[in-house]
Amino acid sequence: MSVAEPDFPSSWKKPPFIKSPLLRWSIIIGSAIYLALAFGTMDVDWERAAEGLPRGKRFLAAFFPPNFSDNLGVMWDGIFESIWMAIISTVAGIALSIPIGLGAARNLAPKWVYLVCRSIIGGSRTFPEIILAIFAVKLFGFGPFAGFVALSIGTIGFYAKLLAEDIENINPTQAEAIKATGSSWPQWINYAIQPQVMPRMIGLSVYRLDINFRESAVVGIVGGGGIGATLNTAFERYEFDTAAAILLIIIGIVMALEYTSGYLRKWVQ
Amino acid sequence: MLRLEGLKKRYKTGDYALQGVDLEIPDGQVIALIGPSGAGKSTLIRCVNRLVEPTEGKVYLGDLELTTLSSSKLRKARRRMGMIFQEYALVERLTVMENILSGRLGYVGFWASCFRKFPKKDIQEAYRLLDRVGLMHMADKRADELSGGQRQRVGICRALIQDPDLLLVDEPTASLDPKTSRQIMRLINELCKERGLAAIINIHDVLLAQMYSQRVVGLKLGEIVYDGKPDGLNPAVLTNIYGEEDWEATIEEVDEDELVEDEVEEATV
Repeated sequence: MSVAEPDFPSSWKKPPFIKSPLLRWSIIIGSAIYLALAFGTMDVDWERAAEGLPRGKRFLAAFFPPNFSDNLGVMWDGIFESIWMAIISTVAGIALSIPIGLGAARNLAPKWVYLVCRSIIGGSRTFPEIILAIFAVKLFGFGPFAGFVALSIGTIGFYAKLLAEDIENINPTQAEAIKATGSSWPQWINYAIQPQVMPRMIGLSVYRLDINFRESAVVGIVGGGGIGATLNTAFERYEFDTAAAILLIIIGIVMALEYTSGYLRKWVQ
Repeated sequence: MLRLEGLKKRYKTGDYALQGVDLEIPDGQVIALIGPSGAGKSTLIRCVNRLVEPTEGKVYLGDLELTTLSSSKLRKARRRMGMIFQEYALVERLTVMENILSGRLGYVGFWASCFRKFPKKDIQEAYRLLDRVGLMHMADKRADELSGGQRQRVGICRALIQDPDLLLVDEPTASLDPKTSRQIMRLINELCKERGLAAIINIHDVLLAQMYSQRVVGLKLGEIVYDGKPDGLNPAVLTNIYGEEDWEATIEEVDEDELVEDEVEEATV
């Protein structure tokens, strides 16, 4: 005797991400209307854009050939100052980031330490480097020290946050095993946490060095010293060929750092 | 050696993982703790060394009551309890030697451990243990280069170098193939005999539990429902612990021939 096969449905649809059809369609239609209005509001003046093109062409032509002869006599000074600023602000920023990052990891720190450290990170992340540099210039006057302070604070917001997140993602049983041996807290950090986060942190510090070097060009424009100050002067004196040379050097250094960080990350894995 | 009195653990969700466990383990006894997933086996051994804080009840290690110890006294007490884990829980980016020596963290200061300057006798003992488990040639390999069985042997060395009185063993064979499982269980058993260690071994495999323990404790929903000799496990007892199933095939007479055969095989590998 055979059992009658039940009549299974032959069509199937993936359940929608937002269950209520009313909510789903109002979000879709609402976003479409907003985007249409937003693009409509944007006032594109094609005549002005057309005028701008030949101006841009002349501007670019003035860049060539780039002039590395250093008429101002300060180009290489600016580059070296920027490199120096990038290195010491990265080192100082990371040194400050480590205790803050440890405190901002929920699986390591008690609640109140966590909240304090997260607010420090949040505060530092609220302001872009250029705003920090404006503050620092107001406080400490023009020059590379202001740039150094701005970049160090910027580094904390970046590095401490990523360190804390990496610590929160560690394998907890490895940490448990080291704790079970009767290790003290610093030993536990050294044996269970550090080996797990180290490769990523080394890669990120080279990446941050790269960011700090690029940012040093920006903070220079508001008075924070470094290559930015030199670049600004070159533009103000309409020496576009020198500016082009500076930009090419910046691109070269950033690319070199990019390759180094990629290589280092693979090597320490 | 170890005495648990009315041990209870309630998780934040309000569920009791352990509801009043009383258990006494004399010196040098190896007990197998069996029970279905979620019965509280892992919680129980973690409550002993307080990787999980018990909610109620007392734990005596010898004469020392553990549940009220301050954190520095707890660290000292943890040195006397070696722990072996299901997924080995080796710190993967550290070398085999560092993993073993981490078992001495409770005995050495921070700077000594940070610069890997362990006392001479610790290093000797680490080599002796490595030789004992047949991994002398692996000392400088990174832990993630080892196979499962080799990792578990390193895990055993790490627990033993603590010079413990008691081993807490959490599912040592759950990630291993059947043959390696037997070898690991035999190794743990032999080492306990050599050193007169007591051990609690959480294990899923009823047959292995019977083969390699002097006493079996069955846990169900956080309560002890069986406590007796390994050969006292019969279908009725297993049904009580795990629920209805055909148990006849699981409980084989532990065959002496099979054990001997197994050892011969291992010797020839």
